[in-house]
Amino acid sequence: MIPAAFDYVRAGSAAEAIDLIGQYGDEAKFLAGGHSLVPAMKLRLAQPTVLVDIGRVADLSYIREDGDQIAIGALTRHMDVENSPVLAEHVPLLAHAAGHVGDPQVRHRGTIGGSLAHADPASDLPATTLALGATYVAQGPNGTREIAAADFYHGYFTSALAPDEMLTEIRVPKMGGAGWSFQKFNRRAQDWAIVGVAAWQRGSECGVGLVNMASTPVLASSVASAVAGGASAADAAEAAAAEADPQADLNASVDYRVHLAKVLTRRALEASAG
Amino acid sequence: MTMTDDTTGVLGQRMLRREDPALLTGEAKYTADLPIPGALHLAVLRSPYARARIVSVDTSAAASMPGVTAVFSGADLAEAWAGPMPCAWPVTDDMKSPTHYPLAVGQANYVGDGVACVLATSASAARDALDAIDVEYEPLEAVIDLEDALSDRVVIHDEIGTNRSYTWDLKIEESEGDVDRAFADAAYSVKERYIQQRLIPAAMEPRAVAAIPQPFGGDMTLYSSTQVPHILKVMTALTLGIPEHQLRVVAPAVGGGFGSKLNVYAEELLCAALAQRTGSPVRWAETRSEGNQATIHGRGQIQDIELAADADGRLTAVRVRLIGDMGAYLQLVTPGVPLLGAFLYAGVYELPKTYDFSCTSVFTNMTPTDAYRGAGRPEATYAIERAMDSLAAEVGVDPLELRRRNFIPTASYPYEAMTGLVYDSGDHDKAATLAAEMIDYAGVRARQETQNVPGATKRLGIGVSTYFEMCGLAPSRVLASLNYGAGGWEAATVRVLPTNKIQVVTGTAPHGQGHETAWSMIVAEKMGVSPDDVDVLHSDTAIAPLGLDTYGSRSLSVGGVAIAMACDKVVDKAKQIAAHQLEANPDDLEFSGGEFRVAGSPDRAMPLAAVAFEAFTAHNLPDGLEPNLEAHTTYDPPNFSWPFGTHMCLVEVDTETGEVEVLRYVAVDDCGNQVNPLIVDGQVHGGVIQGLAQALYEEAVYDADGNLQTSTLAEYLVPAASDVPSIETGHTITPSPTNQLGVKGIGEAGTIASTPAVINAIVDALSGLGVRDVPMPASPNTVWRAINEAQGGQQ
Ligand SMILES: Cc1cc2nc3c(=O)[nH]c(=O)nc-3n(C[C@H](O)[C@H](O)[C@H](O)COP(=O)(O)OP(=O)(O)OC[C@H]3O[C@@H](n4cnc5c(N)ncnc54)[C@H](O)[C@@H]3O)c2cc1C
Repeated sequence: MIPAAFDYVRAGSAAEAIDLIGQYGDEAKFLAGGHSLVPAMKLRLAQPTVLVDIGRVADLSYIREDGDQIAIGALTRHMDVENSPVLAEHVPLLAHAAGHVGDPQVRHRGTIGGSLAHADPASDLPATTLALGATYVAQGPNGTREIAAADFYHGYFTSALAPDEMLTEIRVPKMGGAGWSFQKFNRRAQDWAIVGVAAWQRGSECGVGLVNMASTPVLASSVASAVAGGASAADAAEAAAAEADPQADLNASVDYRVHLAKVLTRRALEASAG
Repeated sequence: MTMTDDTTGVLGQRMLRREDPALLTGEAKYTADLPIPGALHLAVLRSPYARARIVSVDTSAAASMPGVTAVFSGADLAEAWAGPMPCAWPVTDDMKSPTHYPLAVGQANYVGDGVACVLATSASAARDALDAIDVEYEPLEAVIDLEDALSDRVVIHDEIGTNRSYTWDLKIEESEGDVDRAFADAAYSVKERYIQQRLIPAAMEPRAVAAIPQPFGGDMTLYSSTQVPHILKVMTALTLGIPEHQLRVVAPAVGGGFGSKLNVYAEELLCAALAQRTGSPVRWAETRSEGNQATIHGRGQIQDIELAADADGRLTAVRVRLIGDMGAYLQLVTPGVPLLGAFLYAGVYELPKTYDFSCTSVFTNMTPTDAYRGAGRPEATYAIERAMDSLAAEVGVDPLELRRRNFIPTASYPYEAMTGLVYDSGDHDKAATLAAEMIDYAGVRARQETQNVPGATKRLGIGVSTYFEMCGLAPSRVLASLNYGAGGWEAATVRVLPTNKIQVVTGTAPHGQGHETAWSMIVAEKMGVSPDDVDVLHSDTAIAPLGLDTYGSRSLSVGGVAIAMACDKVVDKAKQIAAHQLEANPDDLEFSGGEFRVAGSPDRAMPLAAVAFEAFTAHNLPDGLEPNLEAHTTYDPPNFSWPFGTHMCLVEVDTETGEVEVLRYVAVDDCGNQVNPLIVDGQVHGGVIQGLAQALYEEAVYDADGNLQTSTLAEYLVPAASDVPSIETGHTITPSPTNQLGVKGIGEAGTIASTPAVINAIVDALSGLGVRDVPMPASPNTVWRAINEAQGGQQ
């Protein structure tokens, strides 16, 4: 598998990376862990002419408490998210979900920022951070801005990020002891989810994110409303696909995906209930 | 000399494989690893259409790209071939085979069919240039469905005028109408249709080729990731018109094949032809997606099977109708694959001469199929073992009990089957009993009573599969009767060097099986030396000129036996030298532990090492005896070998999601005497997982237009270690009476037995919900749908 020819530059900082992307224009791309971009390049589905490598921007790899939120640098690897004591204490759902991304090789290379920026609805972390009500921080030539996860995803592999904007930080509210569950359903351990459900519950409050149920990650707000209205897990789960618009693929027909979303949502609600 | 007299205890030990350190540390050199200065890189442009007329190919832009040496269309190379791509198995005299060249001329017939190629100074330059070749295609309607193909609604190859390649029958009746009468008189009968989905072999090492012309003398060395260097040499010589003695084929380290490298491929011929044409070495390495598209696929059959039984459930007749999917062209042994299963549709069961098998094979616009681990025999075993479960349900007895009622009795071995083939040895009840004990069959049945209650969402199922494998290909005369284009013998040379180190030259071509370890153990046992003193030479036609390579679980029971026989010849000769030195009669000498002794006089002895040196110096040999200790044997086996066994699989099915969890897998295999039980277990593990992968994970999926939708390993689901159960192996040992080692093959047994064991377990788990069958692969979606349909959409 040989990608088309490209140039490669390495950035030492976020500011330098944004500068470089600005210089090279539309055909340039950030390279983080490379575990989504490089396979696409090898299949020649992506043919950027320049890669701006941000993989060594060390000061963007961190996980720290910041008031009632946890701030995660965009270049933090999945395995660091998985094994973070800070996240284990305050946002265990995210740490757990990161442990279900791909296989160990993928988790040692792939980054949380790359996963979110890539905006693949089949990925685990977009739906998980969406369920958790996260905010993403983007830096561009004109400074930084915050984008709510709920506003970030526009469609398959498209997001609110401008081409010259870089994701620098992910801010996730502390879960405050909420119950949680991550249900990932796939055929082989290292695969993307056929359907996934990330859920947390605290009293009648809850958040449910769906993986691979539309062209974007899905916030199942009908389920949350039903739970708030006192519905049982089984009844609330019947609304799981209300916001979804799933497609068929080799692993699942549309009706099977809808059915799975309901079963997995029910299981997630049962498992995360106080 | 027989083995048991002189055993030094090497055979039967779980010796670590001597091949593994190099494989595990990455030191092993595969074809793509070979440093070849000045090599040109080949890249092949492949048809994106399943069926299209090639209107024009414009190579000019590609030819002027940096690093590009030459660009060829199929038409440009039409003169390069002395003959079309070979098919060595014309199963019937009227078999139809479309002309097939390494690059298509006029019409492309599957997605992946080569249309043009580039030679360039680097692999990336060659790849880039592919994008600049301008091919004008006129897309034509593709034929994907086998029954549609059979109808000839659309004929793929104008030149043969039909999609039907051949019909081959194996009808055995004492008198005409016996089979029909047996069905008419049957107390019970079942009629089932099973679909053998297409599988992608997906060897760990993708294919790779390098052809190196020798500057003086016109010789050519062809390196290839092949399991058949000897066959490849003959076929390349014929196809390219290279004199065979000027062609040397080498298979360096080869990372798996499973039958997919038992072939002669377009890229092998292209590299050799273009190396000849340019005078430069030419090399090629497959990408994984190319492999999925343009390396042969396995399976691909529609099977209709009918069983008739008497009131006790004993089989009275078997009728089978197959449609075989050949794909777009016939590769090396494509048409023969269904025939390898044709004899086995009655499994390990006693059957009168009321057997009726017929196979019609058709062309489709998909990748050619060919032999894939088990080749015909997994398909046959699947059909009979699934149908036996249906029959058990019909008769109302436990599936294991039904099998016991039908087993060929141990006392009747060697058993002449209804087909006239003689099964060498077997003890089916013993294997089944051991498997049932290991998995606690009775306990599982009891657990099912409490677990599989109405409303239960986790249902327990147990599946049984018993099998015979017709392997050790093969007696040459039997192959002749099947119209196969070659023999089934194997060659071996055993050479004792002056310092008593031993070289073995074998015609087998290992690609993961551990022959170097196993063959050294055989020689160590026979010659009374340490396995470390034995070197095994293979897979290079300059060093091992004679051989028929490795496939069909043949290497031990044919090639290994040839080595044992060559050892006997060497010992016989050494005995004459020792007798001469000891002034004894050769008949009075005994050989054991590497030493010749005069019977009754233990002090008169001579070690093999001393004999070897005498043979080398030739200073004092018996009159008329040639110097040196070396012997050659070519062994043509008198029969196939017939390994057998029972596998059992325990599953739990989540009826809400359709997910199948394999809780336990028990494999009891009988391959006769075991040379190295560690290797036997390894073969069983790998085989079982490959068969389980067919049951649960793998399928080459095509859309209606003939696009392969599983062209990468993200879509084609080869299970990983984390996705498969631990495998519990058990063995019974029933030596084969047909060879001196008492061995049978074990390479394919796991694949043959496991697929029906898994599906039987799933259907067993769901039988209480009305499910009678689940198509393969039994993905969660498929299982969920089967439950839904059985419940009338109520789920
Ligand atoms: C075999 C395999 C299995 C996998 N399985 C899973 C799975 O089960 N679940 C799952 O969720 N994921 C899975 N992945 C994807 C993996 O998580 C990727 O690591 C992740 O999707 C992308 O992260 P990355 O750092 O590798 O990004 P890259 O591949 O480097 O980049 C991806 C895209 O995002 C852009 N980008 C990267 N970082 C930034 C940034 N900071 N700001 C703006 N744009 C940026 C790049 O330009 C590119 O377009 C799998 C990958 C592989 C290879």
